[in-house]
Amino acid sequence: MATPKEMLTTWDNIQFGAVLPSFEDPEKKIRSKFHSYNYKVADWRVEKPVFNRDLCIDCDFCWVFCPDSCFEVEEVVNKRGKKQAKIKGINYNLCKGCGVCVEVCPTPIKSLLMFPEHVETQEALKQWPTKEDKKDK
Amino acid sequence: MAERYELKSKEVWDGNMAAAHALRQAQVDVVAAYPITPSTPIVQNYAQFLADGYVDGEFVKVESEHSAMSACVGAAAAGGRVATATSSQGYALMVEVLYQASGMRLPIVMTVVNRALASPLNIHGDHSDLYLGRDAGWIHLMVNNPQEVYDMTLCAFKIGEDERVRLPVTTNQDGFLVSHTAQVVEPLQDEDAYKFIGEYKALNPMLDTKNPVTYGAQTEEEWHFEHKAVQHKALMESFPVIEEIFNEFEKLTGRKYNLVETYKLDDADIALVVMGSAYETAMLAVDKARSEGIKVGLLMPRVFRPFPYNEIAKKLKNVKAIAALDRSAPMGTTGALYNEVAGALVANGQSAIITNYIYGLGGRDTTVEHILEVIKETKQNADAGKRVTDLQGFINLRGPKLSFN
Repeated sequence: MATPKEMLTTWDNIQFGAVLPSFEDPEKKIRSKFHSYNYKVADWRVEKPVFNRDLCIDCDFCWVFCPDSCFEVEEVVNKRGKKQAKIKGINYNLCKGCGVCVEVCPTPIKSLLMFPEHVETQEALKQWPTKEDKKDK
Repeated sequence: MAERYELKSKEVWDGNMAAAHALRQAQVDVVAAYPITPSTPIVQNYAQFLADGYVDGEFVKVESEHSAMSACVGAAAAGGRVATATSSQGYALMVEVLYQASGMRLPIVMTVVNRALASPLNIHGDHSDLYLGRDAGWIHLMVNNPQEVYDMTLCAFKIGEDERVRLPVTTNQDGFLVSHTAQVVEPLQDEDAYKFIGEYKALNPMLDTKNPVTYGAQTEEEWHFEHKAVQHKALMESFPVIEEIFNEFEKLTGRKYNLVETYKLDDADIALVVMGSAYETAMLAVDKARSEGIKVGLLMPRVFRPFPYNEIAKKLKNVKAIAALDRSAPMGTTGALYNEVAGALVANGQSAIITNYIYGLGGRDTTVEHILEVIKETKQNADAGKRVTDLQGFINLRGPKLSFN
């Protein structure tokens, strides 16, 4: 993964009009160094989304809405024999903590929740709200 | 396919109509505009041409000038030839987006009709809006009459779209004095005009979905400086391209334009530097002064940005005294034209005495007699060999004489 320092260049080699191409080779889909996949934004985050696989229904809303393509998916065949993208988890290098995934998550108890950066994932999962918590409210 | 518009070899057009016809002949893909006096007829006429089938493009009606220029930026980034028109307050509202357009290197053409900025509200011509946008990274071309509006608007497309330049361009005509004054204009036929400008070449178009690009990226301290330096370099190095295009235009029409226009300057002892319609008034004043034996000449930067400083210093090499006339309220210093010209002289080790005059604010009339007064005052400096008049004077201002030293 390129860091900003490695990306720096001199004025005579700068991108024209700050117009950044996504691909070095559009035919072969080779991503350019400017592609957000190659840019770590983890240090922008104050809170992080934590993914709870047990509650997820694989609607893929988070995958669609995520502005930085953080969600890692694998292709699976579901019960009805149809191809589906199964959410595997979050690439935290690409996540800047915007929280849109939590916002769009449709399950009754969210399968994605924001936690402070320092909370370990396992600890976060232990703190996950339950149906009972919801009833109390 | 757009209909061909029958044009006579000589038409009677005001500046606005001349600009509208130039936009039509350029076959602009998108015009996004919001009407404002005195430039309204440009987009009004253009919309009429479009409705009548003379244009193949889109006319986008927007809710403000900020939106107008924003739509222009979007359309230009998408890969189209784009133009708009504005004046004064509209120009002021656009300013934020003017910087965006030039930073993204989008060759948008804007036909500006110069008008005073409020307050107090005023719809008439002065150069307040031009001066507001002078650091926005656009090329600014100056015109003095409807023929020049037409010619420079055609050239503006060709200059901005040149691969060595790729910058947005404005043409500047004085509100009402040029925009609403009908004069004889000799236009090109549609096919000749289009052939001169050429097909639009999109560079990094956003509508090329196979090769997606990002426009308007954020660049902080480790990037921004390099980008701005390159943008400035493009402006500074556009001089030869502009001259090349002016030469090509001369071959086509016989009408010769220069980076710096002069009138009877070759043997002059004193010079006036003035832009816009007042240049033509000053020509008459120069003729009159010369008949009285005063050797005076005129100079006008045809291109206000990039500012042809070396060319100007060269042309003013042999004069003893200069008056720079600014048609914009200086607000706390000497006028911009004065500053630019003085800087150009100093940089080249020239020491002509130079004074500043403010004239024509809010469309105030400036006549041959007024210019003659300036010529006579400037002659006093030339004769004395030092500055004996005040540094900054006001022309045709009612009340006791106002000047600053």
